[in-house]
Amino acid sequence: MRNTRTKLLLYVLNFIMSLLFIIPLLWMIVSSLKPENQIFADLSSLKSLLPLHITLDNYRSAFERIPMLKYLFNSIFYVSVICISGLGVNSICGYALAKLRFRGSEFILVSIIALMIVPFESILMPLYLVVNALHWVNTWFALIVPFIANCFSIFMFRQFFMDIPNEILESASIDGSGPLKTFASIVVPLSGPVFATVFILDFISHWGDFMWPILVTTGESLRNIQLGIQTFFTLPPIFYGQIMATLTFTTVPIIVLFLLLQKYYVQGITSAGIKG
Amino acid sequence: MQTAMNAHKREHISTFSRQRRRETLVGYSFVTPAVLLLIFFLVLPFLLAVVFGFTKFNLLRPDKIHFTGFDNYKLLFTDGLFYKSLWNTLYFTIIVVPVQSGVALMLALLVNNSLKLRNVFRIAYFSPVVTSMTVIAILWISLYNPNEGLINSALHFFGISNQPFLRSSSQAMNSIIFMSVWQAAGYQMMIFLAGLQGISKDLYEASSIDGANKLQQLRYITIPSLYNVTVFVLTITTIQAVKLFVQPYIMTNGGPENSTRTLALLIYQQGFQFRNAGYASAISVIFFLIVVLISFSMKKFLRDK
Repeated sequence: MRNTRTKLLLYVLNFIMSLLFIIPLLWMIVSSLKPENQIFADLSSLKSLLPLHITLDNYRSAFERIPMLKYLFNSIFYVSVICISGLGVNSICGYALAKLRFRGSEFILVSIIALMIVPFESILMPLYLVVNALHWVNTWFALIVPFIANCFSIFMFRQFFMDIPNEILESASIDGSGPLKTFASIVVPLSGPVFATVFILDFISHWGDFMWPILVTTGESLRNIQLGIQTFFTLPPIFYGQIMATLTFTTVPIIVLFLLLQKYYVQGITSAGIKG
Repeated sequence: MQTAMNAHKREHISTFSRQRRRETLVGYSFVTPAVLLLIFFLVLPFLLAVVFGFTKFNLLRPDKIHFTGFDNYKLLFTDGLFYKSLWNTLYFTIIVVPVQSGVALMLALLVNNSLKLRNVFRIAYFSPVVTSMTVIAILWISLYNPNEGLINSALHFFGISNQPFLRSSSQAMNSIIFMSVWQAAGYQMMIFLAGLQGISKDLYEASSIDGANKLQQLRYITIPSLYNVTVFVLTITTIQAVKLFVQPYIMTNGGPENSTRTLALLIYQQGFQFRNAGYASAISVIFFLIVVLISFSMKKFLRDK
């Protein structure tokens, strides 16, 4: 009896709280599907959250006004390249730090942990000057290369690889397999979860990139989707329906990715939390 | 016999050292790509920031650089806008960290059970986290709209008159705080949830046999068991909070009346809008020191407790 009462209370509280968390996003999606005047007409009633007059006009006109698909492609392209090349570079580094003994490895590990603390904001200016000196401004290199190596990813890989038993690696090397081959054929297949985790954490964080792309892209050709929607928002005439359409359009790919790889994303967050 | 053993030993040692050399070589070649990238794009810029802090130059003319000693820092400590930005950053941090962590803990307690819909609730709380901050900032500008925003319509329903939110210097920062808590509480909730699930069920069973009620269990079992997780959550939230940039950049551009100008925004504006590269570097150095100070003192403070 007391148990059912607790359960009921939990349901009610959860229900109210979820509404608070979901209403803004729901309103965004629903409004993107409504004619402009209907958004404001419905604003003061519950109808603002119900898709009663569905139309795709907002999407159509938003796509006509800005090259949304190009922005989307740019985002997917450069973020994927960062993440995939990052998996290669950071995983072998993490592997060396976890499993190989060599002079200086302790120092490198400690430095990498220490560097995790450097906030991106404090190196923003000089990093821009470095990239500028390399003549990379307004090229893909500027958006990609500085972010391939990632201290946190190296650390995650290292922690995971520490748990792989040495016997497996030794037996592979006795069988005559070179270190790179041992890594590719033994370690990588055993480490699917950590690769997925690092990939999705990195992907979601770079998907939201905003400050850096503003600085290093001057024209439209390389702009990512975050800059695209921000430009659109400041581009008169302002139609809320179209803005909500672009926001929804930007959010859907990442939510799909999240739902597909949810397990790993949550694992990444929680393992960081428990180890920290 | 003796010599044979020595020979064997020598051979063993020499294969061992050869293997050791090989391992060293492989180790270096494995870490080189990452280490080189980190040196070029993290360590070098960091060192440059420290050096540039003692110089004066225009961002577009890095060839015309003048060393000016501590001039930037002297200027910094007399600059009212710096103090204002520092205060805004601290204010945001001081409010957001406990509020967001508290909300996150409450949410974690709400979904840490056997309710059938618990996964639906979890995803609801978590969905703002995966939505990008740009999207959220633009969405909330519309929600906070003083005349035709959803929030004012809702307040109207409760008989509260229209609020200016982002347009008022007294409400703008609090509005950004509210939105930020809404956006990120789901993230911390996940970490708390992992912590809650790590607590042994035996503790709860034993205590309920001893007649402890739910509230006492929360006070004497749950909260103490979450100690390490809480330290972690508070530390990362604080470090995230002092970096506040995208929200004021998009929503208020630091206004009204500088009420939402933060250190990160000031660095950006000094460096890239006014092109005072040296001055922006000096602010960056102070900013870095603040982050270091916070992360060390949080650890120490919370350990001592």
